[in-house]
Amino acid sequence: MAFDYDQYIRGGKLPHIWCPGCTYGIVFKSLLRAVDTLKLNRDDIALVSGIGCASRLPGYVDFNTLHTTHGRALGFATGIKMAKPDKHVLVVSGDGDATAIGGNHFIHACRRNIDITVLVFNNFIYGMTGGQYSPTTPSGHLATTMPYGNIDPSFNIPELAKGAGASFVARGTAYHAAGLDKLIIEAMQHKGLSVVEIMNACPTTHGRRNKFKSPTDMLLWMKDTFIPAVAFDKLPPEKTVGKLPMGVLYKKEGLPEYCETYYGLVARLKQKEGRA
Amino acid sequence: MGKIKLLQGNEACAEGAVYAGCTFFAGYPITPSTEVAEFMAKRLPLIGGAFMQMEDEIAAMAAVIGGSLAGSKALTATSGPGFSLKQENMGFAMLTEVPCVIVNVMRGGPSTGVPTGPGQSDIMQCKWGTHGDHPAICLTPAYVQEIFSETVRAFNLSEKYRTPVTIAFDEIVGHMRERIEIPDSGVLPVVNRTKPTCPPSEYLPYDDSKGDIPPMANFFEGYRYHVTGLNHGTDGFPVNASPRIHTDELRLIRKVEGNKADIVKFEETQLEDAEVAIFAYGVSGRSAKTAVEAARKEGIKAGLFRPLTIWPFPEEQVAAISSRVKAIIVPELSLGQIIFEVDRCAKGRCKVEGIYRVDGDPINPAQILAKLKEVK
Repeated sequence: MAFDYDQYIRGGKLPHIWCPGCTYGIVFKSLLRAVDTLKLNRDDIALVSGIGCASRLPGYVDFNTLHTTHGRALGFATGIKMAKPDKHVLVVSGDGDATAIGGNHFIHACRRNIDITVLVFNNFIYGMTGGQYSPTTPSGHLATTMPYGNIDPSFNIPELAKGAGASFVARGTAYHAAGLDKLIIEAMQHKGLSVVEIMNACPTTHGRRNKFKSPTDMLLWMKDTFIPAVAFDKLPPEKTVGKLPMGVLYKKEGLPEYCETYYGLVARLKQKEGRA
Repeated sequence: MGKIKLLQGNEACAEGAVYAGCTFFAGYPITPSTEVAEFMAKRLPLIGGAFMQMEDEIAAMAAVIGGSLAGSKALTATSGPGFSLKQENMGFAMLTEVPCVIVNVMRGGPSTGVPTGPGQSDIMQCKWGTHGDHPAICLTPAYVQEIFSETVRAFNLSEKYRTPVTIAFDEIVGHMRERIEIPDSGVLPVVNRTKPTCPPSEYLPYDDSKGDIPPMANFFEGYRYHVTGLNHGTDGFPVNASPRIHTDELRLIRKVEGNKADIVKFEETQLEDAEVAIFAYGVSGRSAKTAVEAARKEGIKAGLFRPLTIWPFPEEQVAAISSRVKAIIVPELSLGQIIFEVDRCAKGRCKVEGIYRVDGDPINPAQILAKLKEVK
């Protein structure tokens, strides 16, 4: 039987705002299948976003949903999680939202290792505002604010997350949708800050300026570029040129999770008070 | 009889928050507000609440809104530059109608200014700091005891009207130690947000058909709903170019402006027969009180209007005073901000004269007395 997406979608809130050829719909469905597999009570989920194309996703799905200010989703999500540590808090964020305006919040959420799952939709561009370059726009690519080719070095989001202290870091792509379900499931099951960078295509504001003749070309680029991490690590260096690993890139269990540490302190203080 | 304590203004603010039921604090240290955070860091874990020192003021304001949506009464405290950083998310809380309290212990500015000196020059930022048309509630206590009770009132107004509330006091009262009485629990009223009673399937988070303040469901209580900083309809979802945007913005403003009788609070000292009035709040209000006593001893009929709510502005009260006095004197620790509001309400019925100071010291009673003699 085909998967019943309707059970999770808010009646009357579609069609979505995403352009033809955009891959966000693929990721959206992957997220719903992941939540379904985990059999979570939707009353216990908060889905938080900032500003941008990806950030409009929460509006379509029947959870507790919060569409916030640009870059600040993790700040809001942190407040929710600290106030209700037993609930599931998910953040969807674009590359600009998470690593430019929200870069500081991103690294500090990673550092705290607070139990939030962050899905970074990386389409290499500011889509909603019309194609300005982002911290992940590849070198030389054209953008409305890099009309002569991008000169800014790019962020490697998984490395950034790992370096900042996230205990689960993964990378998936919209092309490898089945594998993406598994990555989101594993990220949500992980205790601590989990980051999944999801490669996406923005044909409208990125692809058409950068020699991708069609949305399909962008998906094929993903197919050719991303190799499972296990296989990637075994390749000789010359064969990794122009390729990137995907899958779970880093995972460390048993690190202190922020809410557990804080409420552990609360419990110890209460016990001490009881003894006094 | 409650507990008698010798407390700093900032500590009294934190005590007031706890009294009002605050269980969530997120902030970023900044002088001269830091003691509010330090007190909460010590106190909240003991009562099972959450304290977070965030990476910056923006994140702190965001976390406060998240905490409040998840059902906690939430507080943040800051000063000048930090207050500027909070403004965008304060606007978000205003439009999404999420209750929360923001303390601004005012220092000198602009920019980093005088971090350890008092100021009253953020008073327009308390009203106009964020973008767009919106209401504002801002309370201005002047005594440690008042900081305590006004903090309780700030939470009550915030929960009652589903809106952020700012408490603005200056460094001097923030750092001053005074004897205060903390009333027993139950003595001061504590207001909690009105929850919906309808079934979740019928819940509309911004349904104004039964009044300007829709009941508020917290996240995770079975009422799954959408919150967005975009202008939205009764169901919380974005609307574009709709008459709803206009009517809803008017409703947000009406929630505050239409309830001024409940929100506006002030203290009058010897105003009944006054020929010259002083309009002053915070530390300047304290100096003005001393100046009024000194003036009366010298036979000058002076009186004081000291607002405890500065936003919404006590327009009617100032207008009434302006029609019975020769002049209103406005001492403030800025180069003239709130004087324009006084002037606007006086509408030329009396003289309005300011006393300004921005060098990090308070306006002393002698300065005000000299001005009283000059204009009487």
